[in-house]
Amino acid sequence: MAISRRTALRVALAGAAAAVAAPVKASAPIAAPADAVGLLYDTTKCIGCKACVSACRDANGLEPDTTWSEGRYHAPLDLSARAKTVIKLYDEGTQSSFMKAQCMHCLDPACANACMLGAFKKREFGIVTYDVDYCIGCRYCEVACPYGVPKFEWSKVAPKMVKCELCSHRLAQGRQPACTEVCPRQAVIFGKRTDLLREAHRRLAEQPAIYVQKVYGEHDGGGTQCLYISHVPFDKVGLPALGEESTPSLQRTIQHSIYKGFAAPVALYGLLGAVMLRNRRKEASA
Amino acid sequence: MSARAYAVGGPILTRPFKVLLALFGLGGVLILFRFATGLGRITAMNDGYPWGLWIAFDVVTGTALACGGYSVALLVYVMNKGKYHPLVRPAVLTSALGYTLAGFGVALDIGRWWNIWRVPLFFWRWNLDSVLLEVALCITSYMFVLWIELSPAFLERAEQQTGVPWLARFAARTRPIVEKALLWIIALGILLPTMHQSSLGALMLIAGPRLHPLWNTGWLPLLFLMSCIAMGYAAVVFESTLSRLAFGRAPDLKVRPTSDTVPSTSDRAMLASLSQAMVPLGTGYVLLRLIDLAGRGQLPALFAFDFYSVMALLELALFMLAIGLLLRDSDRQKPGTLFKAAMLFMLAGSLYRFDTYLVAFQPGAHWSYFPSVTEILVTVGLIAGEILAYILIVKLFPILTLEKRDVAYHH
Repeated sequence: MAISRRTALRVALAGAAAAVAAPVKASAPIAAPADAVGLLYDTTKCIGCKACVSACRDANGLEPDTTWSEGRYHAPLDLSARAKTVIKLYDEGTQSSFMKAQCMHCLDPACANACMLGAFKKREFGIVTYDVDYCIGCRYCEVACPYGVPKFEWSKVAPKMVKCELCSHRLAQGRQPACTEVCPRQAVIFGKRTDLLREAHRRLAEQPAIYVQKVYGEHDGGGTQCLYISHVPFDKVGLPALGEESTPSLQRTIQHSIYKGFAAPVALYGLLGAVMLRNRRKEASA
Repeated sequence: MSARAYAVGGPILTRPFKVLLALFGLGGVLILFRFATGLGRITAMNDGYPWGLWIAFDVVTGTALACGGYSVALLVYVMNKGKYHPLVRPAVLTSALGYTLAGFGVALDIGRWWNIWRVPLFFWRWNLDSVLLEVALCITSYMFVLWIELSPAFLERAEQQTGVPWLARFAARTRPIVEKALLWIIALGILLPTMHQSSLGALMLIAGPRLHPLWNTGWLPLLFLMSCIAMGYAAVVFESTLSRLAFGRAPDLKVRPTSDTVPSTSDRAMLASLSQAMVPLGTGYVLLRLIDLAGRGQLPALFAFDFYSVMALLELALFMLAIGLLLRDSDRQKPGTLFKAAMLFMLAGSLYRFDTYLVAFQPGAHWSYFPSVTEILVTVGLIAGEILAYILIVKLFPILTLEKRDVAYHH
């Protein structure tokens, strides 16, 4: 006797029905924590001196990244396990801009959403901080982050994840982040997210001819606590066009609708057991 | 009606066994090197491609190829097709070995491996939003479930160890308990892969905008699930065909079946019939993939004939070729065609997983990844270890079933 097509189809459907819900509409936007702080970076003010890059390294006790300076000084090309912030240059001849990269401190962080034991978590002031005790180095946060922020210590025997934690250790001492403290042009400033947003919009309104009329991070990727205003299109300086949906929301919605209250797995388990018991009885009586 | 399995017996240290042992040893040395120097020296992984061959193959593809135990259990216990019972033990063995390999793969890959025990035990720290947590817990539990499903085989063998009376007594006492609970354990053995194989698809959804649109769909979980079940059947055909070639059809019987034996369906007919299940699963997969692409307006991208389009088309072509080989009953009866179709299914499903995890992942133009030689040799070593374990176990324990069937024997 061969398996009928219907039987085989039932195999497929049984599994499918149990495990998968159709793609669902994603969740509502996430509000910023009441105490949310962040950065505002203004491309028109930055002169590319990289004082922030050095100050960040000092404040966070990072080894110097001398790969590109023949061993002489800290000159990171990109974020790495030795650079929590970096200044990049976008240059297209007629148009150019500096760009500061660091963790965006998302309102709905993909890294924290991915992290199994909550080593990455949104904590005080909405800052996404890292607790090495709960990290196993799986690097799913690196897969998840749409900005490519968390970095791994590839050459270490006991590696950690490294990323900007908005100098939370300095904030605890009543100081501001190292990068904003040293910036000679106040191209990057620190403050409450609401204040920074207000300031950003003030600048856009004041000089509409100069700025792209948008505050990146106000809504992008569900919103971030580090905000940008720019005189060149944001994608040119490496800020991805994410839309207003946060990155983890689709996955979370699908996963939550399947596993809500863990009811579906328990029901499926009961159903499987019942079917198998019935089959066994049928066989015994046959 | 249950079939009785026998240990194959025969010499262990054959030449292929020694070759595999050498590969396994080489992998082992490289693994020591990895633990001594970190991940950067031995692998090509980087901050753009934080997951490489070890995750994409050893874990994601490896566990899908190890879905034989899951697929056959669905058929035998849920669909109540008892005639496939002889396939259960070898399928569960390959699954147990495949999942164990995945476990080793994870342990090698994670940076802070000494903390791994915290994941299952620190339940108050569990982040229930983390799909990886679900996958990790499910795969770990399923690994244990598979070895428990298989334990009657080891206990049967232990019962015959009259030289070690305490062991024989322990086995004789334990086996009925295990067999009584087996139904609920097998039910768990169906539930868990349904959960984590679909979640392995959901895992990459978090990459969001960095996942190429040809693969970035909310249907990833269902596509992964359907293809893994088909891959499971394919792996059973593959494994049965090879083990019959390797171990012959008339092993030396130490224990005679009871007189009640009836002739069973021949292996060949059983596999031919089993292989039909792959057709609707594969067709469903291909249709869902196409409908999803059409629904998301990605059909032009599918036929753009750039690198991504070619990879996606290759996946679909492999699936359709495999399905085509199995459509006619006369073709399914040919062991060569059946074997080819099984290989194609395994290849198609594997390519789909590689594409989703590595090709479709786009961290930016300045990043690239291709596994290093040492990285590949570690994976080869692990696979060699898996085959070694399979050979050892089928030679020493009652896993494979013979042409005779013992009606009186019940689980």
